Amino acid sequence: MTDAFIAKRYRSERMFRAYGAVALAIAVLFLVYLMVDIAIKAWPTFFEKSVSLSITLDPAKVDKANLAQGDFSALLKDAMRAQFPEVTERADKKQIAGLLSVGAADDLRDLTVSDPASIGTTIKVDALLNDSANLYLDGNVGSSGLDEKEQGFLNALHGKGLIQSHFAIRFFTAGDSREPELSGLRGAITGSLLTLLVTLSLSVPLGIAAAVYLEEFAPKNKWTELIEVNINNLAAVPSIIFGLLGLAVFINFFGLPRSAPLVGGLVLALLVLPTIIIASRAALNAVPPSIKEAALGVGASHQQAVFHHVLPLALPGILTGTILGVARALGETAPLLMIGMVAFIVDVPKGFTEAATVLPVQIYLWSDLPEVAFQSRTAAAIIVLLLILFSFNAVAIYLRKHFERRW
Amino acid sequence: MAAWTLIIIAVLTVAGYIVGRTRAQALVQGGTTSLHSLPSYHGLLLASMGFAAAALAALVVSLVGSPNTLLMPAAASLLGSAAIAATYPRISGSFRARNSFESLVKVVLIACSAVAILTTIGIVFSVLFESIAFFREVSPFEFLFGTHWAPTSTPASFGFIPLLVGTLLITLVAILVAGPLGLLSAIYMAEYASRNLRSVLKPLLEILAGVPTVVLGFFAALTVAPLIRNTGEGFGLAVASESALAAGLVMGMMIVPLISSLSDDIINSVPQALRDGSYALGATRSETIKRVVLPAALPGIVSAFMLAISRAIGETMIVVMAAGLAANLSFNPLTAVTTITVQIATLLVGDQEFDSAKTLSAFALGFVLFCFTLILNYVALRTVQKYREQYD
Amino acid sequence: MDASIKKVKSILGPRILNQRDVKIIAKDVNVYYGEKHAIKHLSIDIPDRAVSAFIGPSGCGKSTFLRTINRMNDTIPGCRVTGDILVDGKDIYDRSLDVVQLRAKVGMVFQKPNPFPKSIFENVAYGPRIHGIAKSKTDLEEIVVNSLKKAGLFEEVKDRLDHPGTGLSGGQQQRLCIARAIAVNPEIILMDEPCSALDPIASARIEELIDEIRQNYCIIIVTHSMQQAARVSQLTAFFHLGDLVEFGDTDNMFSTPRDKRTQDYITGRFG
Repeated sequence: MTDAFIAKRYRSERMFRAYGAVALAIAVLFLVYLMVDIAIKAWPTFFEKSVSLSITLDPAKVDKANLAQGDFSALLKDAMRAQFPEVTERADKKQIAGLLSVGAADDLRDLTVSDPASIGTTIKVDALLNDSANLYLDGNVGSSGLDEKEQGFLNALHGKGLIQSHFAIRFFTAGDSREPELSGLRGAITGSLLTLLVTLSLSVPLGIAAAVYLEEFAPKNKWTELIEVNINNLAAVPSIIFGLLGLAVFINFFGLPRSAPLVGGLVLALLVLPTIIIASRAALNAVPPSIKEAALGVGASHQQAVFHHVLPLALPGILTGTILGVARALGETAPLLMIGMVAFIVDVPKGFTEAATVLPVQIYLWSDLPEVAFQSRTAAAIIVLLLILFSFNAVAIYLRKHFERRW
Repeated sequence: MAAWTLIIIAVLTVAGYIVGRTRAQALVQGGTTSLHSLPSYHGLLLASMGFAAAALAALVVSLVGSPNTLLMPAAASLLGSAAIAATYPRISGSFRARNSFESLVKVVLIACSAVAILTTIGIVFSVLFESIAFFREVSPFEFLFGTHWAPTSTPASFGFIPLLVGTLLITLVAILVAGPLGLLSAIYMAEYASRNLRSVLKPLLEILAGVPTVVLGFFAALTVAPLIRNTGEGFGLAVASESALAAGLVMGMMIVPLISSLSDDIINSVPQALRDGSYALGATRSETIKRVVLPAALPGIVSAFMLAISRAIGETMIVVMAAGLAANLSFNPLTAVTTITVQIATLLVGDQEFDSAKTLSAFALGFVLFCFTLILNYVALRTVQKYREQYD
Repeated sequence: MDASIKKVKSILGPRILNQRDVKIIAKDVNVYYGEKHAIKHLSIDIPDRAVSAFIGPSGCGKSTFLRTINRMNDTIPGCRVTGDILVDGKDIYDRSLDVVQLRAKVGMVFQKPNPFPKSIFENVAYGPRIHGIAKSKTDLEEIVVNSLKKAGLFEEVKDRLDHPGTGLSGGQQQRLCIARAIAVNPEIILMDEPCSALDPIASARIEELIDEIRQNYCIIIVTHSMQQAARVSQLTAFFHLGDLVEFGDTDNMFSTPRDKRTQDYITGRFG
């Protein structure tokens, strides 16, 4: 045992420890990089750019009796062109007007409809700019797709202080759209809600019931062992296989409507069921047998002991497991693609059997679209999804901490 | 009609409960009889009989095919009331209502448990059924050993090998990333980190584990792949914009938490006595870990790796968004390859006719995937079971 | 050194001391597990080339003190040691001391045999390997064989050295652990209730072994069995609730204990 040898041993100890720390650092850094990258991409979506215009609601163009048919688009275009009286070329004039979003007209219509008294007056309106203008004003000069003239017009408007930036509540209130600046998550969030409702109402009762039976009442024979092996296997089956199941059985065999929250919810329920069963079983198992024995000792039946004593005590753990399972279902994409949730759906679904989409599928669909502006929309949708998931997990952790009992 | 039926079923259930309970209570009132079961159980029994009969009737009617006529609510109310009426006379002092009710409950619980088996059967049958239909058109030999995959071209070829190679290539990259990172992280957290550090790191890793794969796919496609491409071109290498490397890297990071948490459990379950024996001999911590703990934990760690590989093979969204569609038979991670799951997804998304070989091939792929992951998971679980046995 | 020799003389008497030098000196040692005061103001001098037994009822600190001598208490979070412990005159809690080398010098055998899940050969070779004691493969083999011989195990396992150590019987496993400890050439061997998990025949075999090897090592054995202490040790220390009550010649302690607590314990009043 020489000193040099000992020094070598200690050096190898330090290196080994460093490797572990570096490995963890890499994992954490990846997570941070992921979050920051997406947040940066998402940021512009939450602040839509519009141009402040003075619009005279000419009764000639906007008929009080027939408000909805008014030519709001023309009003806006005229107001835009009025900002550049020096421009005479027809092509240029068209470009100026083209900087507006097609949705700006709808906004103006909604505004006027809600306040018909304003017809005949001049109002100040923030007209939404199109996706390219938004990109340019956010600093993406190259990828905005605007030529120099258009950039010049925007710069001029900016110089006059007419460019406004608002929080894009539209992102949450609007459904999907072909125009990036008009697209929103309302449809996807509603679809996710409906789907999760179906998933919850199926998987939670089934899961808890199955867990109670397997943990408390099932005899230890080869059938129950088979069920156990089954459940463990299902928990590890790739999610796309559940999509195949949904396609072949629910849509093809039973003829349920494609892309409906009902079918999506069914598929996700089957996906999440094994997880809920396993988590519930663990929670039931953690309740000390002395409690059940005490109940039996005063003459309760086995079922009474389980349902009146064991199950309530296991409830916090079951709840935590359920929340985590549902959070996972919220982020699933592949199985839902299989059952047809790939269509472009504009309307917000109103029932369980109408075609819908869910948040992760919306993310996937947007990420595939060519318009550069959709990249930011996708990132913003991801942020919304992550926030929802985060709150689910936070609730689960809070419940666990608050109700956890140390036996 | 469906709404009416549901209301009728609800009303019958509640009515059954009230009727049963009141009757049982009335029996006791006189002081002449004593009940075996609490009045509420009599109520519950009648309620569940009513519910079961009514629901069953409604279900049968809707399956037989006329859910929108008056037949459904009529059948429900008729059979429901009949069931309640039939059970009512049995209410007496000696009637073991609780036992009857509990038997019903047990049946319901068993049925719920059976859903798990039904799901597996459903998966196996649906996938198997369509796969068999596929193999009637395309020979299994051509499928399993063919090297050309072009299901959409005419004539279509269904050679599985490029998909297998692509899947394995991306999985290999993923494991090469996740294996060392996951294992070393687990070792550090289990053996070196203070309690405070652990309480920060563990949640962070759980957050990484909870990131939906569509998010990782987006990140892989829009950030990682271009980054790798630019770096590669800086070195003078030709990198595809959808390289296996990009997809594999991100997929690797996805499974790091899996390997880490499994390995953490395994390492923590190695008995402290072994560590004490090693420390008492004058070994340093790293020597103890490398020479005593890890060898003892090896079966469990191997099992963790197998589960991670199974997860990587079955992963869909990351590869759909970041890996290619072209079935290149290539071992070069800088090229674009496609995987089994990508092909399943692309073949089935959109309108399909269930009779074409194209659609059916997706099911055949699904069948292969299912078998593969099943075997891997099974072997992994058995390995860890045998390993646990030696320490309990 | 003279002062401590005087003190030890006063406890032991001249006869014993002349035959042995002091190996371990503890001065006013306190051990805390968080708030719990496990060892209270312990001072004791333990001689070399003899077996000292620590006896006393459960939870009285015998094992705790044992583990301070090879600093295994360092692995327990929240454990604090104050006072001095000197081995061969050097403070082992000094900051500059290399724990790794200390533990090569002070070997330990545990209550429940804990052979590594490796072959018998690898179990014994582990220590020499990590400390770089063997200079060649043949050297290593020689060390392993000698250690197994000294532990009295060689004859029984000589033709299955590549078999797993966990496949041996309880008594053989414990002897394997002793061989493992001997292989790194310690000067002190600490034994924490080494026979409590073994049957009487295996225990007797271990006691025989201890007797055979005590000429070469300073051995401290913690034991629950007074009879074992009487059989195997030359000196005995009686611990009670964290205090060292009495320490002296084994025969004297068992026939004429000086403290009433010792008397009560020996006659079975408690513990």
